[in-house]
Amino acid sequence: MNTSVAVEMRNISKRFGTVQANQDVSLDIRRGEILALLGENGSGKTTLMNMLAGIYFPDSGTISVNGEPAVIASPKEAFELGIGMIHQHFKLVDVLSAAENIVLGLEGKLDLKSAVKKIREICDAYGFDVNPSQKIYDMSVSQKQTVEIVKVLYRGADILILDEPTAVLTPQETDKLFAVLRNMRDDGKAIVIITHKLNEVQTLSDKVAVLRGGRYIGTLITKDTNAQEMTDMMVGRAVSLNIDRPDPVDPQLRLEIRDLTVRNEEGLLKLDHVSFDANSGEILGIAGISGAGQKELLEAIYGLQGTEEGTVIFHDPETNKAIDLKYKTPMQIRQLGVSLSFVPEDRLGMGLVGSMDITDNMMLRSYRSGPHGFLNRKAPKSMARWIIRELEISTPGTTTPVRRLSGGNVQKVLVGREIAQTPKVLMMAYPVRGLDINSSYTIYQLMNLQKEKGVAVIFVGEDLDVLMELCDRILVLCAGKVSGMVDGRKADKQKIGMMMTRVGGEQDGE
Amino acid sequence: MFDFLLTFIPRAIVQGIPLLYGSTGETLTEKSGNLNLGIPGIMYVGAISGVIGSFFYESSLPSPEAFSGFLAVLITLCATLLGSLLMGLLYCFLTVTLRANQNVTGLAMTTFGVGFGNFFGGSLIKLSGNNMPYLALTNTSMAFRAPMPGANTTGWFGSLFLSYGFLAYLAVILSLIAAFVLKKTRIGLHLRAVGENPATADAAGINVARYKYAATCIGSMIAGLGGLYYVMDYASGIWSNNAFGDRGWLAIALVIFTIWRPNLGILSSFLFGGLYILHMYIPTGMDLTVKELYKMAPYVVTIIVLIISSIRNRRENQPPASLGLSYFREER
Repeated sequence: MNTSVAVEMRNISKRFGTVQANQDVSLDIRRGEILALLGENGSGKTTLMNMLAGIYFPDSGTISVNGEPAVIASPKEAFELGIGMIHQHFKLVDVLSAAENIVLGLEGKLDLKSAVKKIREICDAYGFDVNPSQKIYDMSVSQKQTVEIVKVLYRGADILILDEPTAVLTPQETDKLFAVLRNMRDDGKAIVIITHKLNEVQTLSDKVAVLRGGRYIGTLITKDTNAQEMTDMMVGRAVSLNIDRPDPVDPQLRLEIRDLTVRNEEGLLKLDHVSFDANSGEILGIAGISGAGQKELLEAIYGLQGTEEGTVIFHDPETNKAIDLKYKTPMQIRQLGVSLSFVPEDRLGMGLVGSMDITDNMMLRSYRSGPHGFLNRKAPKSMARWIIRELEISTPGTTTPVRRLSGGNVQKVLVGREIAQTPKVLMMAYPVRGLDINSSYTIYQLMNLQKEKGVAVIFVGEDLDVLMELCDRILVLCAGKVSGMVDGRKADKQKIGMMMTRVGGEQDGE
Repeated sequence: MFDFLLTFIPRAIVQGIPLLYGSTGETLTEKSGNLNLGIPGIMYVGAISGVIGSFFYESSLPSPEAFSGFLAVLITLCATLLGSLLMGLLYCFLTVTLRANQNVTGLAMTTFGVGFGNFFGGSLIKLSGNNMPYLALTNTSMAFRAPMPGANTTGWFGSLFLSYGFLAYLAVILSLIAAFVLKKTRIGLHLRAVGENPATADAAGINVARYKYAATCIGSMIAGLGGLYYVMDYASGIWSNNAFGDRGWLAIALVIFTIWRPNLGILSSFLFGGLYILHMYIPTGMDLTVKELYKMAPYVVTIIVLIISSIRNRRENQPPASLGLSYFREER
C-alpha cells in the first residue's frame, strides 16, 4: 500500500501563558495508515493537532504537507490543504440542519440542493447514515459525529484527525465508526485518532505515537507493542494497569429504590419504574448510553429532581431505621442525618464554583455551621489542606481558584470534599471523564477505599471495560428503564452493549 | 370608520418607521451575537449627525435660493451614516477586540449617545441664534418628506401607500434585503453561525471578528437612519433635545417581538407605531392616568410575545445562542 508522508511536523512548540503545551514535537503522518496519538490529558495531543487544523498557530517549528512547507494560519487554510479535524466537542450549530452545517464556511453561491446531492454521494460511498435536512438539535451524539465526519469529507479532506471520537459512543457505534475509518484508510486517506484508551489503539491503529508532558516520546508499530509498554511510555514510569476489586465485606442493604419514575421539565419520561438495591461495601456500576436516565437517577436520589412516583428508602446502619427520602430536598435529607454524597457530572457547574478557591469550595458544604451568622473558615481551610495532601492535588495553595486547576485536580477537590463528609452512600457520575490514566486510577482507588469502609458506592461510568473491572454489580439502563442487573465478575461486554440499546438485550429477528 | 383608518394607518406607519430601522439594525447585530443595547444612543447620534450636516449645509448657503434638495439629502445622509458607523465601530472595538462586557458597553453608549446628541443639539440651537428651544431645518426636511409621485391624485391609495418620504420605503426595502440575506445567502448562513456558535464558525473557517464588526456596523448605520427619519421626516426637521424619547428601546423590544426576523419587522413596526399612538385615539376624557396606561401597550405586547415564544420553546424562535457573549479563540 502507498504510505507516502502526508504531513511532516518538525520541532513544533506552543505555549499558553506559563503552560508549555508542546515542545519540540516532530511527527510524521502517512497516507493509508491509521495513526493513534496517545497521551495523558494535558500531554498536548489536542493542541498539537489543533495546530494542524489551523485553530492554534505554533510558536516555532515547521509543518509541511505533501512535501511542501505549509503555513496553516486558519481553519480555512487547513481545509485547502486537505486537513480536516473532528473535534471532541462537536463544532456544529444546533439550530441549523445537517446540510447547512456541512456547507458552513465554504464559498460561492448557497446551493443547498446540490450540496444535499453531494452529501448523499459521500454517505453512500462510505456507509454513513445522515438525513441532510435534519436539525442538529434533533440528533443523537453518534449522528452528530457522523455529520462532523461527512463535513470534513465534503471539503475533500484526505487527512482526517479525530479527537477522542469514541468517548460518547456505545460499543456498537464504536465498531461502526472503526469500520468506516478502516474503509477510509484503505481508500488512501491519512487518519489520526487522538485517544487515551489503549484498547482502541490496539484494535484500530497501525502505528501509535506517544506524547508526554507536551513532548514527543516515540512511535511504535501497534502490532509489535503491548498495553504495558504503551502505558509506560505515556506515563513515564511503570504503572499497574489492573484495577483492584476487593470482595465486598458484609454487604447490607443501604438504599432501596422502588418504581422510581421521573419526568424532566419538558414532560418527557426520563426514568420509568426503576427499582434496584444498593448495598454497603459494594460498588454498584450504572451503565447506559448517555441520556438513558443516569443523571436523573442520581439527582432523584439526592433530592435535586422531582419524582413522579416510587420510593427511595435509606436504611440507616446505626439505628436500623428505614428513612424515606422521597420528596425531600438535599437540605432536608441532611437534617434527617442521612449522609449522601454526590459527585455530579458537571464538576464546575454543579459541584464546585470555578472562580472560588479550594477553601471556599469546601465551605459550600459547611457554610451553615459557623457561629451566629459568621462563617467558620478554619475548619474548611484545614480540610482543604488535608485534601490537597491526601489526594496529592497539585496547586499553588488553598487560595487558588479551582478553575485554574487541571481537570484531574478539579475532580480530586470535588471527590475529596464529598468523601470528607464520611458518607454512607457515595454517588459519582462519570468521575473519570476527561481525566488521564493516573488521575483515573487515583479515583478508582478512592472508590475502593470507600467501599472497604462500608460505603455504598454508586458509579455511573461510560467505559464498560472499567465498569466491568471495578464494579461488583452493574445496573444497565436503557431509555429510562432497567435493562438488567449484571454481576461485574461475570459480565460480558457485548451483552451489556446490547442491553444498553434494548431493554433486556434480546436480539429479536436480526 | 374608513376615514378614521385612512388617517390612523399612515400615522401609525410614520411612527413605526424609526422602530423598523432600529429593529432591522439591531436584528442584524444580534444575529452576529452582539447584544447592542447602545441602539437608542446610536439612533440618537444618527439623528444629531444628520442635523449637524444639514445645519452646516443650510447655513453655508449664500442665499436660500441656492438650496439644493439633492445635496441637502446627500450631505445629511452621509453625516448620519458616518456618525452611526463611528458608534458601531466604537461598540465593536470595545466588545469584539477588547472583549468588554456587551451589556455594560451598550448601556454606556446609550447614555453617551443621548448626551452627545443633547450637547450638540443645544449648541446648534445657540448657534442658530434662535430664541426658541428647538432648531428648525425646514428646507432639508421638505426634501426628505417629498411624497412619491401620484400621492395626491390617487385618492385613498395614494394617502395609504404613496404619501411618505423616500426613507420610509428604504426602511421596508432594507428589512426585506436583511431577511433575504439572512435566510437565503451564504453570508447570512455564516452570520447566523457566528451568532449561534462562534467557535464552530471559527473552526469552519469563518472570520468571526469580521462578521461581528460588519454586522454590527451595518446594523448601527441602519439604526442611525431611524433617528434621521424621526427628525427629518416625522418631526418635520425640528430638533429639540430628548424629543426622540424611548423609541430606541422600543426598537429593541421589536427585535424580540419579531423573534429575530426582519421581514416580520415591517408589519410589526407598524403595529407598534399604532400601539404607540393608540392613546391619542381612544377617548379617555380628562383622565390622564388612563392615557398613560395605554402608552404601555407596546411593552405589554412584547412581554406577552416573549412569554408565548418561551413557552412554545421552539429552537428556531430563540435568540442566537451566544448572544451577549464575547468570543476568544484561545480561551481554554
